Amino acid sequence: MRPSPLAGAFVLPERPTRKTGMTPDLHCSALTKRFGDTTAVDNVSFSVPPGSFFSILGPSGCGKTTIMRMIAGFLEPSDGDIQIKGKSVLNVPPNKRPVNMVFQHLALFPMMNIEENIGYGLRRAGLPKGEITTKVGEALERIGLPGIGKRKVDELSGGQKQRVAIARCMVLEPDVLLLDEPLGALDLKLRERMKVELKSLQAAFDTTFVYITHDQSEALVMSDNIAVMNEGRFEQMGSARDLYYRPDTAFVAGFVGDSNRWQGRVTRIEGGHVEVQSETGLTLRGASHGRALQAGDMAQAFVRPEAIRIAHGADELASFDTTITGQVTSLLFNGAASRVLVQGEAGHEAIEVNLPQSGEFANLAKGDTVHIGWSSDQANVFAAGGL
Amino acid sequence: MIPSIPQPKVLTIGYAAYVTLFFVFLALPLIVVASFAFNDSQFPSLPWEGFTWNWFFGDERPMIGVFHERSILRAIGTSVFVAVGVSALSVAVGLSNAFLFNRYTFRGQGVLYVLMLLPLVIPGIVLGISILVASSRVANGLWDGFRWDVEALRPGLTLVILGQFSFITTIATLVIGARLQKFDRTLEEAALNLGAGKLTAIRTITLPYLAPAMIGAFVVAFLMSFENFNTTLMLVGSDAPLTIAMFDRLKEGSTPLLNAVSLLLMLGSSCLALVMIFFQKRGR
Amino acid sequence: MRREAKLGLALLLTPLALWLSLLIFIPHIDLFLVSLRERVGVGKYELSFANYLTFFNEPLYLWTFMRTAVMSILATMLTLLIAFPVSYYIAKMVKGRMQAALFLLCLVPFWVSELVRTFGWMILLRETGIISNVLQYAGLASGPVEMLYNDAAIMVGLVYTSMLFMVVPLVTTLESLSDEVVEAGYDLGGNGVSVLREIIIPHAMPGIVSGCIVVFMLCLGNYLTPTMLGGKESLWFTELIYSQFIVRFNWELGAAFGFMLLILSSLIVWGMLRLTGQSLEKTMG
Repeated sequence: MRPSPLAGAFVLPERPTRKTGMTPDLHCSALTKRFGDTTAVDNVSFSVPPGSFFSILGPSGCGKTTIMRMIAGFLEPSDGDIQIKGKSVLNVPPNKRPVNMVFQHLALFPMMNIEENIGYGLRRAGLPKGEITTKVGEALERIGLPGIGKRKVDELSGGQKQRVAIARCMVLEPDVLLLDEPLGALDLKLRERMKVELKSLQAAFDTTFVYITHDQSEALVMSDNIAVMNEGRFEQMGSARDLYYRPDTAFVAGFVGDSNRWQGRVTRIEGGHVEVQSETGLTLRGASHGRALQAGDMAQAFVRPEAIRIAHGADELASFDTTITGQVTSLLFNGAASRVLVQGEAGHEAIEVNLPQSGEFANLAKGDTVHIGWSSDQANVFAAGGL
Repeated sequence: MIPSIPQPKVLTIGYAAYVTLFFVFLALPLIVVASFAFNDSQFPSLPWEGFTWNWFFGDERPMIGVFHERSILRAIGTSVFVAVGVSALSVAVGLSNAFLFNRYTFRGQGVLYVLMLLPLVIPGIVLGISILVASSRVANGLWDGFRWDVEALRPGLTLVILGQFSFITTIATLVIGARLQKFDRTLEEAALNLGAGKLTAIRTITLPYLAPAMIGAFVVAFLMSFENFNTTLMLVGSDAPLTIAMFDRLKEGSTPLLNAVSLLLMLGSSCLALVMIFFQKRGR
Repeated sequence: MRREAKLGLALLLTPLALWLSLLIFIPHIDLFLVSLRERVGVGKYELSFANYLTFFNEPLYLWTFMRTAVMSILATMLTLLIAFPVSYYIAKMVKGRMQAALFLLCLVPFWVSELVRTFGWMILLRETGIISNVLQYAGLASGPVEMLYNDAAIMVGLVYTSMLFMVVPLVTTLESLSDEVVEAGYDLGGNGVSVLREIIIPHAMPGIVSGCIVVFMLCLGNYLTPTMLGGKESLWFTELIYSQFIVRFNWELGAAFGFMLLILSSLIVWGMLRLTGQSLEKTMG
């Protein structure tokens, strides 16, 4: 390709973070970890550019904690390399690595007060006392908790502890901050607030964050880039939008966001459009988005509840290539996220559909007949391997 | 240093070697005592004169085995009697104490709890002499005032039992209290809700839950009583429990008979400990 | 309901009150009163400090007292030093079955009486004992070596006999230290020494204190080990108490000795608690 002088103008503007520019803060290549016969992490490669927020999202036991512990130095990779700022850290012990970690249960030292906790790493680095006091004060200021330095760890609320745990790492100005599901122990309300706060802390400290979680909404809200992990491998890496709207694999489609899901057989292919006959007897049309599929293949189809239109009359859905007439079996009221379950007349399973909040369905009741439909672009079809 | 922190191999191996050495140190005296129970010699020392069962079953001089040695058998009986008495008393009082500290709040509870712990930090020999002095003075007073001779207040098994009970109760209280602390009070409330009376709820729900701890406390109390020396030494009368009887013999010079008794003690207490572990496993 | 609760409280308080008053407080007050008596004639006594004066004026008594205290402190520190790495190994370096097995192995020797354990050391250490024989066999000694009846033998016996009471509280507290906290210590730049000093030891403090208190008490009040392993010249304070009570039948002086022992042990326990900022409930309960 010929470099065009204007190319830069068409690329999404990179956030002007570090001067280092080209070398990624963290680069893992062909990272593998085996425990006996099981392979916990299987040939995983990724790069995290400076100043970005990178998440690894996956169900428990998928190997994401193993990756994190290898980066921190608590596990030795069986294969592959970990580079921080372009330098391999494989032979660097955890206490010498330029990464710090916010642990799952935060691991604040209960035998020390807040000040001593935050100053711990600085004392290890041998900084003079005065400088430690200043830095600790600044850090407390930055996390919005000035003056709590003399308190004990267990006198803080969950959210405060969270911030202290981050400050304790950030005073050391690490190249990469690792966060191991730190929101897991908080209650729902606080978790929602901390998501926003974490993101702004990351911007404030302007440090590369690597975050692991099993909670998709945490990953979607905060990250610049997300890797979805399953059984030791990365299924897909991309922005939150990519993962949500253009999942590469059936696992990603099922794991990120809610979906109606069908198992069936491909009956027809026309360009990018696929017709699937589900095991439950529903015929639906979807898109393969470039994935190799052939008539007769077993396939899985995913349709998000919000991608389905609901209508009182069949004529309103004329533009959709999959339409179903059915009865409302359940109303799942949840404010703005309210849904209905629609049971098709053909007798297949109920389909979850988002309810528009514009008022036209305010009187919908159980047993009402409705029409639903979606365009085939909204239905993702994947080959179901080995079924 | 934990396994997830990389360490030099030398350090890891050195550490494991130290721990191994420690266990050798722990095991050595016991192995030695046990082995010489089978030495066909008058002395529990080298040279090894060959294997014999005589120190267990021998019935003629000079090798009279444990099972034919009247005084030792009687001492074992005395010890068992004392230990059962002490254990039963301590578990009963310990149970009551555990409920007192767990279920009630009253003025001075904190102070009382500390007082309850005190027997643990009083040297056993001081416990012994204080009870000896007090009981003798009461006995003397009763004799001088009323011409009553209260045998129980003179050195003897009653005082031995009371003396051991005085500090073993603290341990029983702690063992039972620890489990009661973990008890989910709503279980009792559920029983009340289902129509049980308060005492019935405790009898049918709480006590079965506490059973492993009570058995554990009983066994611990039994073992502590059986091997108690300091307190017993000051309170003992003519009937000597086993440790005192063995001590007296050991002062005169040892024969492998003592090794044989020791081996039996080891086997006995190991069995008891296994029973306790079994019950605690089930209680989990 | 309230009356019922009051009745329950009274019922549960009774055994505790009887136990503590009849077996602990009254006897100790009585012991104190007896220690303040001076025998002036047959069956005649006067209130005086004579027994305590005897204690302070007789160098042998005072020397034995100090010696017992110092050796007990020494034995406690030795036990702690030996037990700590082992407890840490059991609590943090091994997991699952191995952990349970090692812990059990630590307990085994203490299911048998102290007498048996001491007897074992006698067989090992005496002139005709195993170690002496092994040394001769290995050519490291030309004749029988007597290793019994000296302070080192007493020390070995005391440390051995106290080990369990140090290992159990240490393992319990160290086990409650989560791996995460140790890892955080390293992650933030700490090394083995600083993590030990700033994280592990402060965390284990309640266990260390409770272990030290119990071990110190056991050493101070031990009679069997010094007598058997230290011989007639072992000069242990409990032996003085025993001889005043049982041999000399001088209960007044013996009571004063007993009280001095009690004061010494209370002072050191209290000092240890103060020094480390712990409380008796926290370390013992």
